[in-house]
Amino acid sequence: MQTMTRWLVVLCLLWAGAAQALTREEALGIAAGDNDARVEALAKAVAQGDDKTAAYLQALADDAVKIAGSKVLVLHGAQANDPVTGEKVDLPADAEDVMLNNRLRGEVDTALAALKLFSSDVKTRALAALSLLKEPDASRKPVLDKALATEKDPAVLVLIKQARAAVLLQSEVPNDRLLAALELAGSAQPEVLLLLNQQLSAETDPAVQGVIKASLREVQDGLRWGERLGQLFTGASLGSILLLVALGLAITYGLMGVINMAHGELMMIGAYATYVVQVAFRQYLPGAFDYYLLAAMPVAFLTSALVGAALERSILKHLYGRPLETLLATWGISLMLMQGVRSLFGAQNVGVENPAWMSGSLQLLPNLQLPWNRVLIIGFALAVLLGMSLLIARTRLGLFVRGVTQNRPMASCMGINTARIDTYAFALGSGIAGLAGCALSQVGNVGPDLGQSYIVDSFMVVVLGGVGQLAGTVYAALGLGLVNKLLEGWTGAVLAKICVLVFIIVFIQKRPQGIFAMKGRSAEA
Amino acid sequence: MMNRRGNLKALALASAMAAGTLTFSLQAQAADTIKVGVLHSLSGTMAISETVLKDTVLMAIDEINAKGGVLGKKLEPVVVDPASNWPLFAEKTKQLLGQDKVSVIFGCWTSVSRKSVLPVVEEMNGLLFYPVQYEGEELSKNVFYTGAAPNQQAIPAVDYLMSKDGGSAKRWVLLGTDYVYPRTTNKILRAYLKSKGVKDSDIDEKYTPFGHSDYQTIVADIKKFSAGGKTAVVSTINGDSNVPFYKELGNAGLKAKDVPVVAFSVGEEELRGVDTKPLVGHLAAWNYFMSIKSPANDDFIKKWSAYAKAKGIAGHKDKPLTNDPMEATYIGINMWKQAVEKAKTTDVDAVIKAMAGQTFKAPSGITSKMDEKNHHLHKSVFIGEIKADGQFSVVWKTPGPVKAKPWSPFIEGNASKPDEPVKK
Repeated sequence: MQTMTRWLVVLCLLWAGAAQALTREEALGIAAGDNDARVEALAKAVAQGDDKTAAYLQALADDAVKIAGSKVLVLHGAQANDPVTGEKVDLPADAEDVMLNNRLRGEVDTALAALKLFSSDVKTRALAALSLLKEPDASRKPVLDKALATEKDPAVLVLIKQARAAVLLQSEVPNDRLLAALELAGSAQPEVLLLLNQQLSAETDPAVQGVIKASLREVQDGLRWGERLGQLFTGASLGSILLLVALGLAITYGLMGVINMAHGELMMIGAYATYVVQVAFRQYLPGAFDYYLLAAMPVAFLTSALVGAALERSILKHLYGRPLETLLATWGISLMLMQGVRSLFGAQNVGVENPAWMSGSLQLLPNLQLPWNRVLIIGFALAVLLGMSLLIARTRLGLFVRGVTQNRPMASCMGINTARIDTYAFALGSGIAGLAGCALSQVGNVGPDLGQSYIVDSFMVVVLGGVGQLAGTVYAALGLGLVNKLLEGWTGAVLAKICVLVFIIVFIQKRPQGIFAMKGRSAEA
Repeated sequence: MMNRRGNLKALALASAMAAGTLTFSLQAQAADTIKVGVLHSLSGTMAISETVLKDTVLMAIDEINAKGGVLGKKLEPVVVDPASNWPLFAEKTKQLLGQDKVSVIFGCWTSVSRKSVLPVVEEMNGLLFYPVQYEGEELSKNVFYTGAAPNQQAIPAVDYLMSKDGGSAKRWVLLGTDYVYPRTTNKILRAYLKSKGVKDSDIDEKYTPFGHSDYQTIVADIKKFSAGGKTAVVSTINGDSNVPFYKELGNAGLKAKDVPVVAFSVGEEELRGVDTKPLVGHLAAWNYFMSIKSPANDDFIKKWSAYAKAKGIAGHKDKPLTNDPMEATYIGINMWKQAVEKAKTTDVDAVIKAMAGQTFKAPSGITSKMDEKNHHLHKSVFIGEIKADGQFSVVWKTPGPVKAKPWSPFIEGNASKPDEPVKK
């Protein structure tokens, strides 16, 4: 009740234009002391608040306030200012950060939101109303009433009405609660679900209970699409990663028939190449750091492709047609590559940072946020897939690769240097593994055993899709991603992984040729 | 012919002599030094957390040696890498105790590795200092636990989240890596929450495998679960899985204000390389934070920074960080030194006796004491919120050190268990 009257005073003063300046004592009271006292001081300061109070609160929310003894300072870059007079002050060496815990941060945010409800910018007003909707408090009803009367924008008006309803949902009058629950039914916000659930467990009036339940159902219906799309997206995201890790193998194993156990390590090399580029950018081009990933992609591709070509030339060339020896040799190579990286970079994971444009998320629906890194990786996987299929289907090199893998003696008779084509094809597959490593560095950890955790997955995808079929690899990757994520929702991560493995074993038993079988003469080759 | 045989004889004699001197010199050296085993994963999923503990032991050894060693002898570290491979922990312990004859071992992070080492240490009567918070339910004569027991970390953290300042949580997601520590801790927490009137339907327990890297579904599920009431997440995720988990948490926009996540195995070191700006306000419960202001801590950080710079430790040489298990390791080795000096021998049984009641001025600002009976340290509990710079700001602490309860009263049948190792 005390806070309520205070808030009333805030508004009267604020909107009567009789605002008083923020005092040093108030600034100090908000910045330091016992949390309950700070909350009270906050309410008091806002009660006599003006633009300076708003600026001070904003600085608090941005962690730009320091305290030295009993003096409060606001930082603007390296410059410290007095929050009251605004004049420049020297920053003492012993100044300490003012800390807000979650509770105080929430209080400061909603206090700011209440002040911003009358901003001239429509977007700011909408955001302010939304954050008041999420944190309803009886003391804010007068602000909302006032905003309701002055608001012109219909979209913001709806939000303000809902925020007001959220406050009234805790009213002592059952009829108010009933009307509020009805009003909130139209709001498809996950936070409203929380408010209604909380009220439902506390509600005693059976009529209101019924309305709340009906509203809950309606809000849930409104949110259902977001949920479904979200699940679909997580599946597609995992699928795109599986696709990336399996595409390279689809060439080296699928087309060329080399059981390449070092495929995972080629990815790992791509990831480390990304790391090296990142370090180089930080050292020499810190201004362009955000774009390091664009430079890292070709570097990762080339590094892995070169390592792949060297492997093919030096070892695998001599082992064509001997799958068992190839398996053992590539496995040995994978161990050597891992140890090599360990000696070069250390056994610990290295930190690969997301550039700013890969952080954060894209908000599509109130309960559907798509993280940028995953959205971009889906796009990247599709781009790599497109590039590779064009290369195989449309270019002269692609024609040669297909020719050599389908009928080597005949291709040789036509004057194709089959040994060179083998090297090119293997380098291409390795390079794509490098690109996969570059993408993986953005979602997971980069360490010497990065490849180990993906090698089984990539073989699974290629075998399931049907050896020698690019289209099969695509379907298998996306299918496995979706099935894995759907199962994970039900059974948890550990069991989902087991289920998928069992499914694949059974499937391969029934249909050893995979989803898509190779047709034609080359199948027997 | 003869000549040749003579040559051979001479050669054999020479090699025998060489071997003799070799063994002699080895013995001489062994007599001069006290061997200390360091058993931390330097590769694999746990390397992210454990590597610095190895360096902490080496730093403390350097420091002790610089002051003249222990009982007039220098300490000699024997470092092995069990590679996050649990059975290998037991093998390496056997090697340390049987072959290298170390006087003490500092090592292990995960409980599964400690469980693997335990039978070996007990059988060969070795001495292990275990520096990490764990689930309790164990009390071995041969182990000193310098990390927190559940009542020194998990229970106070949950209490804080239930309080007004912590956000008055009503629903709980217990999220962990699938092994003994998270499972047991969550069993204790479930029983504790029930005793506080939380219903089973308001608790959601989830596990992921070691090294799990795709947290999309889990974060989406947490979001959905939190619509049913004010929710808090208790994370016992261990190792490098924390990096993708916190990345996903930040990208998905799950704010600490709405759903706070309190972690028991995430400290300054694990957050290195994670963009912490979206994570501000998420919590960790420990018995030490780097941000704690105390003269002992300033000293500790200064020593570590200098050591990291001198040895060129990756990451730390540019941005030195300290954390709770490092502090626990540091306390452990210093207390062991004091105990050896008190016992005037490195004999395991004598040192164990001398350890009871040892005190040490801990970097966390208290005088840490080894309990007279139960092999655990008395510790203060701190709850910190993640700041934008990857450090923690302490938002709550216990008024003083708390005595460890390795046998949690929230697990059935523990009430009758004695608070000291049972003699076999």
